[in-house]
Amino acid sequence: MPDIGLFDVIGPWMVGPSSSHTAGACRMASTALKIFGKEPEEVKFTLYGSFAETYRGHGSDKALLGGVMGFDTFDIRIRDSFELAEKRGLKYRFIEDHETKTAHPNTVRIELIADGGESRLVTTAVSIGGGKIKIIRLDEVDVNFTGEFPTLILKHCNVPGVISYFTGILSDYSVNISSMRCYAEPDGKTSYSIIESEQPIGSEIIKDIRSNKLILNSILIQ
Amino acid sequence: MAFSSGEELIRLCEAEGISISEAMLRAEVERGKQNREEVLDFARKTLEVMRKSYQEPLEKPVKSIGGIMNGEGHKLAQRLKNGENLCGPLVTKAIAYSMSVMEQNSAMGCVVAAPTAGSSGVMPGVFFAMQEERGLSDDELIKGFLCAGAVGYLYMRNASVAGAEAGCQAEIGAASAMTAAAVVEMCGGTPAQALSASAISISNLLGLVCDPIAGLVQYPCQMRNAMGASNALTCAEIVLSGTMGIVPFDEMLDTMYKIGKDMPSSLRETALGGCAATPTGCKWRNKIFGSKESKDGKESKE
Ligand code: SF4
Repeated sequence: MPDIGLFDVIGPWMVGPSSSHTAGACRMASTALKIFGKEPEEVKFTLYGSFAETYRGHGSDKALLGGVMGFDTFDIRIRDSFELAEKRGLKYRFIEDHETKTAHPNTVRIELIADGGESRLVTTAVSIGGGKIKIIRLDEVDVNFTGEFPTLILKHCNVPGVISYFTGILSDYSVNISSMRCYAEPDGKTSYSIIESEQPIGSEIIKDIRSNKLILNSILIQ
Repeated sequence: MAFSSGEELIRLCEAEGISISEAMLRAEVERGKQNREEVLDFARKTLEVMRKSYQEPLEKPVKSIGGIMNGEGHKLAQRLKNGENLCGPLVTKAIAYSMSVMEQNSAMGCVVAAPTAGSSGVMPGVFFAMQEERGLSDDELIKGFLCAGAVGYLYMRNASVAGAEAGCQAEIGAASAMTAAAVVEMCGGTPAQALSASAISISNLLGLVCDPIAGLVQYPCQMRNAMGASNALTCAEIVLSGTMGIVPFDEMLDTMYKIGKDMPSSLRETALGGCAATPTGCKWRNKIFGSKESKDGKESKE
C-alpha cells in the first residue's frame, strides 16, 4: 500500500493549472537540478507524449524552466520564468518530440550543461500524477526513484565487495536504508547504486564512502 | 493508517468516541513524520494558501491562459452584493469562491490541490463561504480540513482521484465527497452522518466524465467546481435533516471506481470526447493551439 498522508491528499501548494503538467513539471526539473548539483548555464528540455501536445496550455515550459532555477511548485515566480532565465543568462530550449513513443505519456528529458560544456547531465523523468514524479534515467542508465526522500546515488566500479563496503559504512553511522537498487552501465564496468533513506545522510558519511577509489562519484539529494 | 475503509473509520470513531477529524489527526501523527502541533500548524498554513487562492482573483479578475475564463467569480460576487442572487448567500458565495479559485489556477496563481488542481475550488469555496455565513472560526475550519482529508485518503487509497484514471467523478467527485463530510462535521453531525453525506455526494456524480476542452483545466472544470461545491452543501443538508442514504460509503466508492475503469479513454482526460469533442470545444482548441486538421475530423466523430 502506498503511504498516503494528509498533505498528499490536500496538497501540494502549487502554481496552476495542472498537478501533473505544472507542479510535476517543476518537480522533475528541480530534482534534475539537485542531482546536477550546480547552476546550469544551458538547459534543453525534450518533451514527449502529452507534454509535447499540451505543454503551452499548462505552462509546463515555465514550470520546467522555473524548476531548473530552483523554484518550488508554489513559487509564483514560475509565471515569469522566461524573463528570469534571460536575466540570469540561462540559455534554454524546448524540443517537441511527437515521434518517439515513451512508456509513460508524461515524459521529459532534461539536459543540463555547465562549465562551458564540461559538466553535463541528462535526466529523464516522468510525472505520475498529483504532482508526484519519478526519475527513470540518468545519463545512460535506467533508474527508478522519486527524490522525495534523502537519496544517495553512487557511481562505482562494478566489482565484488563494493556494495557491502558502502552499506557497511551506512550501517556504521546507523543510517537505515529503506530501499536500494543497483544498475550496471551498458559497458558492464561501472554501476549506479541508488539508496533511499528515511533519515538525512550527513556529509561526513559521504566523505567516508568517497575515500575508496572504487567509488567514482556520489550525488546526494535531500 | 488506523483505518482503511469508511466502515473501519466509523467503527474507530464510535469506539473511541472521537470525530473523523480527530481520527485523521491521530492517524497522521502515527505516520511518524510530524507531531500533532506540526500537523495542525501545516494545516493552518495550507488553509491560508487556500484563502488567498479565492481572494486574489475576486479582487483582481485575471484572464486564463487561452482566455476561456475571465472574472466569473467576481461577477457572481457582484450579483450577491447587488442583492440579486438566487441561491442565497451561502451557496452563492460557495460557487463564486470555488470558481474564483479555478481562475487563479488557470492563470498560474498559487492554489492547493484538494485533492487535485482541477478540483481545487470546491473545498475552499465551501469552507470560506461557511466561515462567513455561519461564523466558523479557523479552528473549526481546520476540523473540516482534517475530516475532508480522511475522506480523500480513502478515495486515494481505495479508488482514484485522477480524471485520467476514473473520470471527473473521481476528481470533482472526490473534492465534493470530502467537502460534504467536512460540512457535516463542522455543523456538528456524527461521523456516520458525515460519511453518509460523502456517499450521497458520490452517487450524485456517478458517471461524470473528464472532458476538458483543449485538454486544459478550464472548461467544464470551472463550472464543475461550482457544482461540486453546491452538491457538497446539498448532501450535507439532506443528511443533517436526518435522512441517510441507503448505500454505504465504501460500496459507493467502489462502484464509482468500477464505472471509471469502464469508461472509454476518450472520456478520461484525453480531450477526445465529451465537452472537448463538441464542435465548439474543437474550435476553442484550434484557437488556442492552432488547428490540427488531420486529427480533427476523426476526433469530432468519435
Ligand atoms: S473535467 Fe477533467 S480536468 Fe476538468 S475538473 Fe473534471 S476531472 Fe478535472
